Amino acid sequence: MREASFHRLQHRYAPYLFVSPFIILFSVFGVYPIFKSLLLSLYITNGPSDHVFVGLGNFKFLLGDPDFHTAVKNTVIFALCSVFLQLPLSLGLAILLSQKWLKGREFFRLAFFAPQLVGQAFVAVLFGVLFVPKFGIVNQALAAVFGMPDDTKWLQNPSLVMPALVFTSLWMYVGFNMIYFLAALQGVDTELYEAAKVDGANSWQQFLAVTVPGIRPVAVFVLVTATIGSFQLFELPYILLNNSAGPNKSGLTLVMYLFQTGFVSGDLGYASAVGWTLAIGVLVISLFQMRITGAWKGDNA
Amino acid sequence: MSKSPAVRLGRGFVYLILAVGAILTLVPLVWLVASTTKSNDDMFHYTFFAPHFTAVNFTSLFTKMPFVNYIMNSLFVASTTVLVQLFFSSLAGFALAKYEFKGKRVIIVIMLSTMLIPGQVLMAPLYELINHLGMMDSWSGLIVPGAVSVFGIFLFRQSIMQVPNELLQAGRIDGCSEFRIYWDIVMPVSRPMIGAFCLISFMGSWNSFLWPQIILHNRTLYTLPVALNQLRDLYSNQYGTLMAGTLLSILPVVILFLLLQKEFVAGLTAGAVKG
Repeated sequence: MREASFHRLQHRYAPYLFVSPFIILFSVFGVYPIFKSLLLSLYITNGPSDHVFVGLGNFKFLLGDPDFHTAVKNTVIFALCSVFLQLPLSLGLAILLSQKWLKGREFFRLAFFAPQLVGQAFVAVLFGVLFVPKFGIVNQALAAVFGMPDDTKWLQNPSLVMPALVFTSLWMYVGFNMIYFLAALQGVDTELYEAAKVDGANSWQQFLAVTVPGIRPVAVFVLVTATIGSFQLFELPYILLNNSAGPNKSGLTLVMYLFQTGFVSGDLGYASAVGWTLAIGVLVISLFQMRITGAWKGDNA
Repeated sequence: MSKSPAVRLGRGFVYLILAVGAILTLVPLVWLVASTTKSNDDMFHYTFFAPHFTAVNFTSLFTKMPFVNYIMNSLFVASTTVLVQLFFSSLAGFALAKYEFKGKRVIIVIMLSTMLIPGQVLMAPLYELINHLGMMDSWSGLIVPGAVSVFGIFLFRQSIMQVPNELLQAGRIDGCSEFRIYWDIVMPVSRPMIGAFCLISFMGSWNSFLWPQIILHNRTLYTLPVALNQLRDLYSNQYGTLMAGTLLSILPVVILFLLLQKEFVAGLTAGAVKG
């Protein structure tokens, strides 16, 4: 009898017990800092005790700061290149890899995915050497294949820093996003292709009528997460450019700007303002992307 | 039935594109491996491997600096983070998947909305908090704030929802406590998801650079990304040593991936496809 009531009791309270470690940690290290950073963004700070209330002053200063403009410009260019170069490449590779007659699919999949195992910091150290003028393998390959000069200073020439960053990020992420597209393509009902063929659709028409709607939810997911990821770019340029923003700040990104103002110059209030500007920007862009891709239409998304 | 020449040409072209892509992807990694076996004189003399291998890069890595120390630091921080995250995420994921209780919806809504906020927003207040709690320049400053993974909770919630209720009910009839049901029934059947989560969580902690860079000042506590970045500053022209350090930093993740490959891809795509 007592046993039975113990069981009822512990069944009732078990879920609270199970979520409580999470709730406690999440409140302290997840929820509280969100509100605290909103508050902090209204102060200029210098060390833990020196806080001066400035209202929206940080945001006002930020919008007029040329460095912030540079960071926004670089980050947006990087994000645009990432999305418009990376995702079509990922999708293209996924389509090739999902051909039924293909041999060696496992090998190709593993090969394209491999860079994802290398953390961004390690990629940056590696590519720092690959981009070395004269001897680096990037210049050697360009010289051998296209006859280009082998002394291109990828990381010293301000106009070449962004191409180098985009190239490196393509190397890192094309295969990663390909995995999502592959999974989505495998989920498309093959009978739909047969039906389209019977209706006389050519390959391109089949792609538009069957593949695109079939992979849309995953494509939107990949688009949104890839964009969010590229807005958070930091390690790659920071390490690749010797712990700096590079020549003429050509590699200055928003998160690097946040890091420098908050943790190098020590103004945590200003860094919070930068963080919230980033958060709102990312949110607006994500919502916009979901709207134009029709992610909210229909309930299968 | 043999294929028409046009079809064969098309297929050959597909193989060509894939081969070029695979070469472009693998060359940096092959070069990385090759560079660790070359002396500094041979480094750029031979594009990939030199005729004579040398171990000098690895010996100098271990004799001139406490590289073993850095590896142990990273291993400790990453495995602790994985274990703590795994326990908290699966337990909370189980509760949110299989129980109805007051406040459940609120918890889910709050979790979802915090996922929309980039982690960098939290860095400044977290820095203050960690400082206040006396966790600056310590591993607890890395492990404790990273102990919960909202992503992990959703991953486990989703996979545990697939576990049939009859299985849990059978456990209850046998007199299992709710925690035993979690430990002896739910966890064993969630093994694929556990594998996927361990790898994702390990990679997240292992590769993390910005936060350790901010809160670790004492060099003996450095994790690999921070240590390697510093190494690059100090030994910028000793490419072989630097690359040996890079290779050793990547290796544990590669080994873990090879062990958990199947689970990993399933877990990675579960959120997106079933979403």
